[in-house]
Amino acid sequence: MSQSQRSASSARDAILGRLRSASAAQNAPALPDVGGWYDEHTTHESQSERIARLRAAMQAVKTEFHDTTEADWPAVLLRVAAAKGIRNLLIGNDTPHGAVLQALLPANLELVRYTEPIAQWRDTLFDHIDAAFTSARSAIADIGSVVLWPTPAEPRLMSLVPHIHFVLLDVTTIHPNLHSAMRAEGWSRGLPTNALLIGGPSKTADIQQTLAYGAHGPRELVVLLRHGAGGAA
Amino acid sequence: MSKVIPIHPMDDFKERSRSVLNNPGQRKNFRGAMDFLQAKRRAQFPDVDELEGLRDLGSAIRRYSLANLPRLLEQLEAKLTANGVQVHWAQTPDEANAIALGIAQRVKAKHIIKGKSMVSEEIEFNHAMEAAGIEAFESDMGEYIVQLAGEKPSHIIMPAIHKTKQDIARLFAQEVPGVAYTEDVDALIQIGRRVLRRKFADADIGLSGVNFAVAETGTLCLVENEGNGRMCTTVPRVHIAITGIEKVVEKLEHVPPLYSLLARSATGQSVTTYFNLISGPRKPNELDGPDEVHLILLDNGRTQAYADLDLRATLQCIRCGACMNHCPVYARIGGHAYGTTYPGPIGAIISPHMLGLESTYPLAFASTLCGACAEVCPVKIPIPDILVRLRNEAMAEPESEDATLRGSGAGRTNTGSAVWSVWAQVYGRLGLYRLASWFMSRGRALSPTEQGAWTRSRTPLIPAAKRLRDLVKDRNP
Repeated sequence: MSQSQRSASSARDAILGRLRSASAAQNAPALPDVGGWYDEHTTHESQSERIARLRAAMQAVKTEFHDTTEADWPAVLLRVAAAKGIRNLLIGNDTPHGAVLQALLPANLELVRYTEPIAQWRDTLFDHIDAAFTSARSAIADIGSVVLWPTPAEPRLMSLVPHIHFVLLDVTTIHPNLHSAMRAEGWSRGLPTNALLIGGPSKTADIQQTLAYGAHGPRELVVLLRHGAGGAA
Repeated sequence: MSKVIPIHPMDDFKERSRSVLNNPGQRKNFRGAMDFLQAKRRAQFPDVDELEGLRDLGSAIRRYSLANLPRLLEQLEAKLTANGVQVHWAQTPDEANAIALGIAQRVKAKHIIKGKSMVSEEIEFNHAMEAAGIEAFESDMGEYIVQLAGEKPSHIIMPAIHKTKQDIARLFAQEVPGVAYTEDVDALIQIGRRVLRRKFADADIGLSGVNFAVAETGTLCLVENEGNGRMCTTVPRVHIAITGIEKVVEKLEHVPPLYSLLARSATGQSVTTYFNLISGPRKPNELDGPDEVHLILLDNGRTQAYADLDLRATLQCIRCGACMNHCPVYARIGGHAYGTTYPGPIGAIISPHMLGLESTYPLAFASTLCGACAEVCPVKIPIPDILVRLRNEAMAEPESEDATLRGSGAGRTNTGSAVWSVWAQVYGRLGLYRLASWFMSRGRALSPTEQGAWTRSRTPLIPAAKRLRDLVKDRNP
C-alpha cells in the first residue's frame, strides 16, 4: 500500500511539476466576464412569456404539461395517472406534496414511499414501480429544463428508474437561463451531492440518427405546472 | 464476448482509408450522418452574432482555465477531497487502469457498468479489466452496440454512426438471447433498455467520464441524453470518474456557456436531456447514490501539449465532435480509418501527444487545410495551424531545436531530405534556378511517368514547354 501511495503522489507531483515548468501564456485572458455576457443576452419578459418559452422548449422533446392550481394539482395528477394506467406511484418520504396525495387515499393507485436505502429494495424499484412523483426546485426557460436537487426525502433514483416521472413545478420559480438560476439561487455557495437538469424523457439517436424515447431513464416526463392563487394561467 | 481489436498502428492508415473509399455503403452512411449533424447544428445557431459572441466567451474560458491549470487542479483536488471524493493522478494509461483495478479488487467487484467515456477508450479500460477477470459493460446505446459487435467507436459522440439499423437488427438477433430480427428503431432501443436495466442493477462499480470539472465547488458535470450516465453514477455502490487533466474550469458560472456550446455544436440540441452535477458520495442520511466516488486525473501526453504555447490550444477542446462532422476527410474515410481513439481533426492534433508522432504523423497530412474545423470549433482551436505545425515537427531534423515532441522527425526520409535540400539550393540562388528551369522545360519529354503517390490517382506532372519568364519575355518584346 505504501508503495502505491508513493507512486500515486509521485504521479501527482510529476504532472503538476510539468505543468508549472511550462511557460506562461503571453496573452492569457483575464477572468472572463460571464455575468456581463448573460446580462446582455438575458431576455426581459413577463412571467407568462417565460412559461411559454419553457413549455415550448420542453414540449419539443416530448415533455407533457398540465396547468394546475394550488387546489387542483392532486386531482389532475390522479386523473393523468389513471389515464396512463399507472398502478403504483413512488412518492418521497414526508414531503408536503406527498402528504397531500396520501391524505386523498386514492382508490386505484398504490402510493409507495421511498423510505429504505436502495440496496434493500433495488429489484422492486427496477421491476415493479410504474411511476414516481417529485417536486422541482426551479426551471430554466431558455434551455427548457427543470432543476432537481434530490434530498433524503426525494432521492436521486426517483427521477430516473420508474418509467414515468411526474414533477410538480411552481411557475414562480422559472429562471430565464442557467446562469441566472445559478446566480439567483447561489449555487456556487454549495451544491447538493447531486444536482440535476432534466429536459424531457430519456432519449437516444444512436441508431442511424433516429430519435427514440425511453432509452434508459423515464419514457415519459409529465410536468404539473402549479400556478399561484392569483397567478396567470 | 468482445474481440480484441488493436488500435493505433499507423502503418496501414492509407490502406484503411482506401478500403473505406471503395465501400459505397459505408460512405453513404457517413455522408448521410454528416449532412444530418451539420444541418442540426446550423439550426441551433440562427443568430451569427450570438454564436460568435458565445464562441469568444467559450474560448476565453478555456484559455483562462488552461493558463491557470496547475492551480485549478489543486483547488479541484482540495475541494473534491473535502466533499468526500477520492482523487487519483495517473501519468499513463497503465497507471490509470491500475488505480481503477485497485479499487475494483478492494471492493471485490465482478461487474463494472460504463457510461460513455472516451478517456476509458483511450486507456483501453475494458481490456485491462477483462484481463483481470472483471466484466466492463458499455451502457451508452451506441457504445453497447459497438461492444456487442466487437468493434471500436467510429465517432466520439455517436459511436455506432457507421452502422445502419439493418446492421444493428442483425447484430441483436445474433447476439442477444431470445431476440427476433427487427428493424424498428424503437423496438431495438427497448431491447437495449431491457438488457441494460439488469446490468445497472447488478453492477458493483459505475464508470463515467467527465465533461467539466468545477474547481470552486468540487463538482463533476456530466452531459447526456439517455440516462445511462445517471444510472452508472447513482446505482452501483462505487462510482469511478475518469478524465483528462484539461477538463477543469474555475467557476461554476463558467459552465453554462460551455454547456450551451457543447450541446448545440455536438448534436444540434439546445440542451441535452440530462445535465448531471455530482459533488460527492452519498451522505449518511441519503438513501441512494454511491458510497464511494473516485476521480482519476489522466495526463497521457497532455502535459507535452501544454508545454508548447501553440500546441496548448489543443487542450481547449470540449469534445463536441463538430470538427469531424464538418471535415471533408472524416466524412469520406470515417472514424475507424484513423486507427486512433479520437478520429477526425481533433484526433489528428491530440493523438500525437498520446501516442507519439512516430505512429500518428500521417494524420496531420490527411487534411486539405480547408479550415472548416476551425470555423465550427466552439472554443476556437486553430486546428489547421496546429496541423501545419505537426507536419513541420514530423519532418524536423531529430535533435534540432525544431524537434520538440515525442517522435519529432519521424516522417523524414533520406530521399525526401535530399530532394528538399536540392530544392532549397536551387530556389535560393537565382542563376541556379534559371539554369535548372531552362533544363527542365527543354527536357520535359524525359519526365518520369511513374511519380509515386502522385500518379496513383493523377496524371504525371510535366514541366511546361515554356517557363513563365519566357512567356513574359515573349509578350513584352
